[in-house]
Amino acid sequence: MRVADLLVFALRALLRQRFRSAMILLAMAMGVASVLVLTGLGEGARLYVAGEFAGMGTDTLGILPGRYDTTGGMPPVMGTAPRDLTLEDAEALRRIPAVQNVAPLLLGTSTLSSGARERDGIVVGTTRDYFFVRAMTLQRGSIFPDLPPEAQPPVAVIGPTVSAELFRGDNPLGQWLRIGDRRFRVIGVLGEQNKFGMNLGDAVFIPVNHAQALYDTQAMFRVLAQVRPGASKARAADDIRALLTARHEGEEDITVISPDAMLKSLDAILGTMTLAVAGIGGISLLVAGILIMNVTLISVTQRTEEIGLLKALGAGGRTVRLLFLVEAGLMSLAGALAGSAVGLALLALGRMAWPSIPFTAPLGTIVAALLVAIAGGVVFALVPAGRAANLDPVVALTRRR
Amino acid sequence: MIEVRDLAKTFHVGDEDVHALVDVNLDIAPGEYMSVMGPSGSGKSTLLNMLGLLDRPDRGTYRIDGIDTVPLGEEARADIRRRRIGFVFQAYHLVPRLTARENVELPLTLGGVAPAQRRQAVDDIMRRLDILERADHVPAQLSGGQRQRVAIARAIVMRPEILLADEPTGNLDSKSGEEVVRVLEQLNGEGITLLVVTHDASLGARARRRIRMLDGRVAVDERG
Ligand SMILES: Nc1ncnc2c1ncn2[C@@H]1O[C@H](COP(=O)(O)OP(=O)(O)OP(=O)(O)O)[C@@H](O)[C@H]1O
Ligand SMILES: [Mg+2]
Repeated sequence: MRVADLLVFALRALLRQRFRSAMILLAMAMGVASVLVLTGLGEGARLYVAGEFAGMGTDTLGILPGRYDTTGGMPPVMGTAPRDLTLEDAEALRRIPAVQNVAPLLLGTSTLSSGARERDGIVVGTTRDYFFVRAMTLQRGSIFPDLPPEAQPPVAVIGPTVSAELFRGDNPLGQWLRIGDRRFRVIGVLGEQNKFGMNLGDAVFIPVNHAQALYDTQAMFRVLAQVRPGASKARAADDIRALLTARHEGEEDITVISPDAMLKSLDAILGTMTLAVAGIGGISLLVAGILIMNVTLISVTQRTEEIGLLKALGAGGRTVRLLFLVEAGLMSLAGALAGSAVGLALLALGRMAWPSIPFTAPLGTIVAALLVAIAGGVVFALVPAGRAANLDPVVALTRRR
Repeated sequence: MIEVRDLAKTFHVGDEDVHALVDVNLDIAPGEYMSVMGPSGSGKSTLLNMLGLLDRPDRGTYRIDGIDTVPLGEEARADIRRRRIGFVFQAYHLVPRLTARENVELPLTLGGVAPAQRRQAVDDIMRRLDILERADHVPAQLSGGQRQRVAIARAIVMRPEILLADEPTGNLDSKSGEEVVRVLEQLNGEGITLLVVTHDASLGARARRRIRMLDGRVAVDERG
């Protein structure tokens, strides 16, 4: 039998059993759609996290006071720091050839005020380098002047929320901002798009020398070191560790963490999750397959006479089997295509509702879901189609009805 | 052409054995016109199904042009059915979702004949059987006589050598039945070997050779 004839014959048989075909199509479509949507969700979460880390800069190493075991991958939360990590430590890192930029961070919260208006905000004491390390963009003004860290004037770069709340419609540039009992001149306003897992709208950036005075401490919260493009991060980390150990009288009391390592383990966790979730979708594909098997069995039973006739007209068992397999395959194909359309549409809706999370089903997943659906449909139809192929023509034709 | 030797078939119904065919011997020459009569349950249909390779005997040989068909595999038997044997059933057995044309076309389609050739062959035969103007109707829209003529057209579209008809007029009124028989006889006149199972004595009498079945045996075999 010619392929075109086979398809037409199967298609007409399907159209003849509209309700039944529609049910199979629906089941298959739901299976494929759920696989796509669930993988899309998982993949979206993974890409979202990856994107957040990319914003943090995967070429940046974080240096924390104290020693932690970082093999677990998650950022350390506890530990004791016997020796402070100082601004001098940070500046010393500049001598390492592989290190391009160094930004110490000293964090605190203070009351910010301008005139009669005030609010609480996060104060970040850092250096000029910070803006390069984090690839920060300003909506207006400029970053700290090109002076050594200890010679910085009292200036501030403020987050957009701070700017809007304290200065309302006024141009904040050049105005005084009071942080605690000190005054800073506003020289820049951050763009809205800067965020690295935390909202920087509420933050105020001041030179680290003033933060040290404000909070009366020499201890840095952490130091960021950006590795020169092309240089080995592992080598840079080793150099940093060696240098700081030497500066701390031979005791290695700091931890160097690489966002890469964290990203990798997070990625692995999320990848596993996606797989698990896709597996749940796969179960609905299995259900669809079993439905196909049952429906094809019913179809074979109801069309016994037709099968007998086809055999009497000279169709071999092979042709009869093929006819039923093509029917099942066509139904699965239609269902799978409909399911992909629905799944992709749902993911697109998801992207519209949550623009920050890139819900996408990778092309490979779509292709795999389609292939699994069609192959599954055909495999599940093998048993009933085989039964049809082995029907005795005389029994099929003379069956008492 | 057809050579049947000691053909036997027993059905087991419950713990009872029904001897549908008992050592049947039969030679049929090409172009013969033979009627098969006999009481109900005497094995007429069983014999026809054997000759049409729809059923397998328990014992005996059945040769077509010297080839024993009994030991052949299912695909080979299907092949012979398609190329050499045409069937006409009492119940027509048309595929209800297909038009008359598509029903007639079915053996060609199953045989992988190209659409252009199919159309030519189908048109010719449907015109001959006077059903061409009904080509695009589905069976439900056709009369019994028309349905049986569609079935005959389908049976002969592959130009088989043997045409087997099991009570082809059984469901028809006498006028439609007469038309159908005339078509069959015309085909026989052109050389096809025709076997007709019938309960209608006058119809059976029209055949040049007439056999009578009784309890699974050929009881009478007369010519002329
Ligand atoms: N599939 C079957 N299973 C069991 N018994 C069967 C089967 N087919 C036929 N028989 C029996 O074999 C015997 C011969 O049947 P067959 O159909 O050949 O008779 P027939 O001469 O065609 O009768 P009728 O004139 O009623 O059509 C009958 O007793 C019938 O009941
Ligand atoms: Mg009968």
